[in-house]
Amino acid sequence: MAKVKGDIVVDIERCKGCEVCIDACPTHTIAMSEDVNGKGYHYMQNVHDACTGCTNCAIVCPDGVITVYRVKI
Amino acid sequence: MAKELRLMKGNEAVAEAAIRAGCDGYFGYPITPQSEVMEYLMAEKPHERTGMVVLQAESELASINMVYGGACCGKKVMTSSSSPGISLMQEGISYLAGAELPCLVVNVVRGGPGLGTIQPSQSDYFQATKGGGHGDYKLITLAPSSVQEMYDFVKVAFNLAFKYQNPAMILSDGAIGQMMEKVVLEDQIPRLTETEIIKKCPWATTGKTPDRERNIITSLDLDPARQERHNLKLQEKYKKITENEVRYETIDCEDAEYIFVAYGTSARICLKALQLAKEKGIKVGLFRPITLFPFPVNQIKEMAGKIKGILSIEMSAGQMIEDIKLAVEGKIKVEHYGKMGGIIPSPNEVLEALEQKIIGG
Amino acid sequence: MAETLTKQDIIKDENIVYKKTKLMTDKVLSYCPGCGHGTTHRLVMEVIDELDAQANTIGIAPVGCSVLAYEFMDIDMQEAAHGRAPALATAIKRLMPDKFVFTYQGDGDLAAIGTGETIHAANRGENITIIFVNNGIYGMTGGQMAPTTLPGMKSSTCPYGRDVKMMGYPLKITELIARLPGTYFVTRQAVHTPANVRKTKKAIRKAFDLQKQNKGLTFVEVVSNCNSGWKMTPVKANQWMVDNMFPFYPLGDIKVDGELVK
Repeated sequence: MAKVKGDIVVDIERCKGCEVCIDACPTHTIAMSEDVNGKGYHYMQNVHDACTGCTNCAIVCPDGVITVYRVKI
Repeated sequence: MAKELRLMKGNEAVAEAAIRAGCDGYFGYPITPQSEVMEYLMAEKPHERTGMVVLQAESELASINMVYGGACCGKKVMTSSSSPGISLMQEGISYLAGAELPCLVVNVVRGGPGLGTIQPSQSDYFQATKGGGHGDYKLITLAPSSVQEMYDFVKVAFNLAFKYQNPAMILSDGAIGQMMEKVVLEDQIPRLTETEIIKKCPWATTGKTPDRERNIITSLDLDPARQERHNLKLQEKYKKITENEVRYETIDCEDAEYIFVAYGTSARICLKALQLAKEKGIKVGLFRPITLFPFPVNQIKEMAGKIKGILSIEMSAGQMIEDIKLAVEGKIKVEHYGKMGGIIPSPNEVLEALEQKIIGG
Repeated sequence: MAETLTKQDIIKDENIVYKKTKLMTDKVLSYCPGCGHGTTHRLVMEVIDELDAQANTIGIAPVGCSVLAYEFMDIDMQEAAHGRAPALATAIKRLMPDKFVFTYQGDGDLAAIGTGETIHAANRGENITIIFVNNGIYGMTGGQMAPTTLPGMKSSTCPYGRDVKMMGYPLKITELIARLPGTYFVTRQAVHTPANVRKTKKAIRKAFDLQKQNKGLTFVEVVSNCNSGWKMTPVKANQWMVDNMFPFYPLGDIKVDGELVK
């Protein structure tokens, strides 16, 4: 079975902290930050390396702040 | 080549003029006394003659907003209606003015207020010349007094509308819309191609190509400073229109002691009243504003220094008279004579009013 | 092997599998956190990008929360008066039949003040696409009752809940227009989960494809949330939407290929 590994880059300053992406992640890789961004929102972030690059978080994000990367291994 | 002559109704002349002026689209809704405009267009199949789109909308609200949509694309678009329908269109007209879009609106005026009557009237002068809808704006307003002018002013109005990126209105009335007269027709002007439109109207929403930023047409700006700047720009434009586009006609004004000021159907009645006055030895002339906005303020002001009084003849309770009085600045007597309810005053009544209200008064 | 892959190895341009479409501008969306408008905007732009139709598309923004849609979509756009977008679209499409023309409207705009324009554009079979975002409330003006507010649902103008005896019933305008012969494809979707987003995008793509074939009016309703208007967190609002909006506004195709779905 081909394995994949993914990662995300979050445009932190544009994240509004709605948390809609959190439930969308099948591997529970993302969580809200303790810190806040310039607008005072907790932003979403990758908290461990189980990301498969499935893009779920990105496509459900209303503000389009997530870029998703994936490599086959 | 011999001139092309035709006997036409005023409303039909508007329609034929639109096709020949290279109009791209007409969007309308039936209302008496102007329904012949769309009837004529539909019968003529302009989609075959020039490719012009003609569509009967579900309401005047829809038709003026179709005009808005087409105008945003740089197209030569128009609508026509009569007073109650024009009232419904005021929302769209305000948006067109706010977004600085060219278009033509023809108002074949009938008596009001409300459903009023289907007979001719001139009681929409305020609505046409003072804005009509919400906000500080003006329409370039042309007042034809013959079927020939109904025809001619379509092209004139489109040209002015595009020159100033502003809606233009032909303010006619039920009498001129319905009467038949001889009309000299002009040759067909071809409709513009998309490439020509893009060149002429670089602001138009024709599809964002890589060589330019996207075009947005809106009348909205929530930034107060920018919104004020936009309004000041509009006012500057209206000033320029006022300086450059005043049109009027004078008849027997040179050595007149008194003047009738009248436009449209009223001006036609005054022509006969001039004859009757001459027979009585009264020196009276006719000043006919052709543009109601811009109003010929300076011309009337200048005239006021040489005459004894002005009688404003309007088929209304007296609306244009306010602009005349502002121009005259109290120097001479200005009175109104008019009929309402769809009645056209007779030349005798007009002359009588001059004698009683101005000469004897 | 996997263990040796570093972040730097993965985060490279050639490994991008999803990024915001370039047809969305860089302007920060004016919508509240979690609002479905942002997702719906992006899906429309993704479809236009896929169709390579930026130079061939004219969009119309409504009055309502998405009044500033033209700030976010990098295409030529017009801003309509409240409810009049389908009238604008009618004229644009008839004057420029080779362009893609779409309106983007909310429920107040489309199903209250613009009902006439919507129904008649649909009934004439205009070859346009309508994207209809239904969140059951007037968001921009502060959460008033909409034509689509559910029975019993609270809003600032029905603070004790919509009493249908006094305030009338919610209008299922999508079902209504699906019955008109001028419509060809009518569907109701949502954008709160990845699966729904994917379905909605397919529906929008289908609508634009059909527009190209001059099949008649295509209509995509997106049932969405209004966290601020509903006074809930975005996640709770999405759950409330599933529990309350979907039973009344069931998701799925309503009319396909000009035929009502049984």
